[in-house]
Amino acid sequence: MASDSGGLFESETDELNEPSILGHPETRRKFIRQVAGTSAAITIGPSFISAASLDRVESTSAAGGTSDSVNVRLKINGKDYTLDIDPRVTLLDALRERLHLTGSKKGCDHGQCGACTVLVNGRRINSCLSLAIMHEGEEITTIEGLADGEELHPLQSAFIDHDGFQCGYCTPGQICSAVALLKENHANSDGEIREWMSGNICRCGAYPNILAAIKEAKRKARA
Amino acid sequence: MSPFTYSRATDANQAVTAISGKSQVKFLGGGTNLIDLMKMGVEAPKELIDINRLPLAQIEELPGKGVRIGGLARNSDVAEHELIKTRYPVLSEALLSGASPQLRNMATVGGNLLQRTRCYYFYDPAFPACNKRKPSSGCGAIDGYNRIHAILGQSEQCIATHPSDMCVALAALDAIVRARGPNGEREIAFGDFHRLPGDTPERDTNLGPDELIIAVDLPAMLFAARSHYLKVRDRASYAFALVSVAAALDLGSNKKINAARLALGGVAHKPWRANAAEKKLIGQEANEKTFRAAAEAELAPAKGYKYNSFKIELAKRAIVRALSTVAAMG
Repeated sequence: MASDSGGLFESETDELNEPSILGHPETRRKFIRQVAGTSAAITIGPSFISAASLDRVESTSAAGGTSDSVNVRLKINGKDYTLDIDPRVTLLDALRERLHLTGSKKGCDHGQCGACTVLVNGRRINSCLSLAIMHEGEEITTIEGLADGEELHPLQSAFIDHDGFQCGYCTPGQICSAVALLKENHANSDGEIREWMSGNICRCGAYPNILAAIKEAKRKARA
Repeated sequence: MSPFTYSRATDANQAVTAISGKSQVKFLGGGTNLIDLMKMGVEAPKELIDINRLPLAQIEELPGKGVRIGGLARNSDVAEHELIKTRYPVLSEALLSGASPQLRNMATVGGNLLQRTRCYYFYDPAFPACNKRKPSSGCGAIDGYNRIHAILGQSEQCIATHPSDMCVALAALDAIVRARGPNGEREIAFGDFHRLPGDTPERDTNLGPDELIIAVDLPAMLFAARSHYLKVRDRASYAFALVSVAAALDLGSNKKINAARLALGGVAHKPWRANAAEKKLIGQEANEKTFRAAAEAELAPAKGYKYNSFKIELAKRAIVRALSTVAAMG
């Protein structure tokens, strides 16, 4: 969906008239957070999304598109959001570009790497190959929704304890995938864990530590 | 991605009515292939009808020990279903050998049937020649990099392969596809569902553009409890098959083969039912010599290209190994 994202970037640039700031995604993200209010560090609550200042950012139409934008209601990490989006927007782009839940990562954008893995009604899916509008009324859980307040999810702690990452880019997808894996009861041997985690690629090759983290989380869950 | 309008169907008949008589409209299931192809610019429907909320995800027993799988049953749910694991293990194994857990949670049975080829020349519109994507534009693969391409049933127009694992098992199991169109429901024998490329490689299947896959029926096949799916690929997991084999054997007490079901993946434009090999197996003793003779018979008409000729011997050995595995089952 490269052209779509491109359109969003352009529109935001036009709206906010800050091309130099918005040119780099990381800087852009910081900038948008500042616009939205710095207290909302990662999760921007529903009230911010419906705020007039952000509405303009949300209702961008894709470059060259003739699709009318549609009203989409999503429930993410227990919160309700209403978005005005082009039907082409994937769940991943809705999370990252519209709701600024940037934990879920865009790796390949073709369902091959697993960095975009989120849970929908408790099941893991690739959010890059799914349209946001397909998920109205469903319970979406992202990496931002796993912790219980300040207390990390056992898999998040296990990944830290076992150094289950190097650059960290694949980690949110790995952890969401592993949460589902334990629920599916497919973590009964090293071989089974490797097979059932094969949809999550780690370019740094942290696989042995990811395996160790999952095994520990499983052990602790059983204890 | 080209713009489209989106609607959500709540009733199968309504979905069929909504699509009939229109061009450039597609049903949207799991989306794992269609949305990807739309991102690539290979598919550009003007309208998508989301069928995910239709009540077609059931897996139920049919009278006489067959099983009906709803068109919207997710690949993961089919693979883990007790009826499938016990009566048709080859189908469960085939499903679990395909894609990743995430993709299997999304992908539907109907969508899996309609998967399009992973031929590089088809999948990337930057390549100008592809008769499947753009009729009469030529074939980039025949004289190009054709390592993953067909060795059986191909034409001068197209040497693409069908990518599905599930469909190879369904071909061996004599499955029946139930499709609903504007004129009602019809049954399509599995062997008639997918097409060979011939002069019309742009058509993958015989399903009409206004037909919806309601279900796939698996007829009773008691001996399929002794069945197996063997997949040979470049990686241990999460890769398409270079060659795959779905096999089931009905063995008598003296190891004589009463009946055999054999299908190959990764070798043709459609899941390849190995009729010639099955004929060779019937009435013979289940041993390596018999299996090798069957494999030789099936691959006799095979034709390789610059980079995929290895598949001919690979397919033969995979057949022998899959049949040997099934024969050794208790």
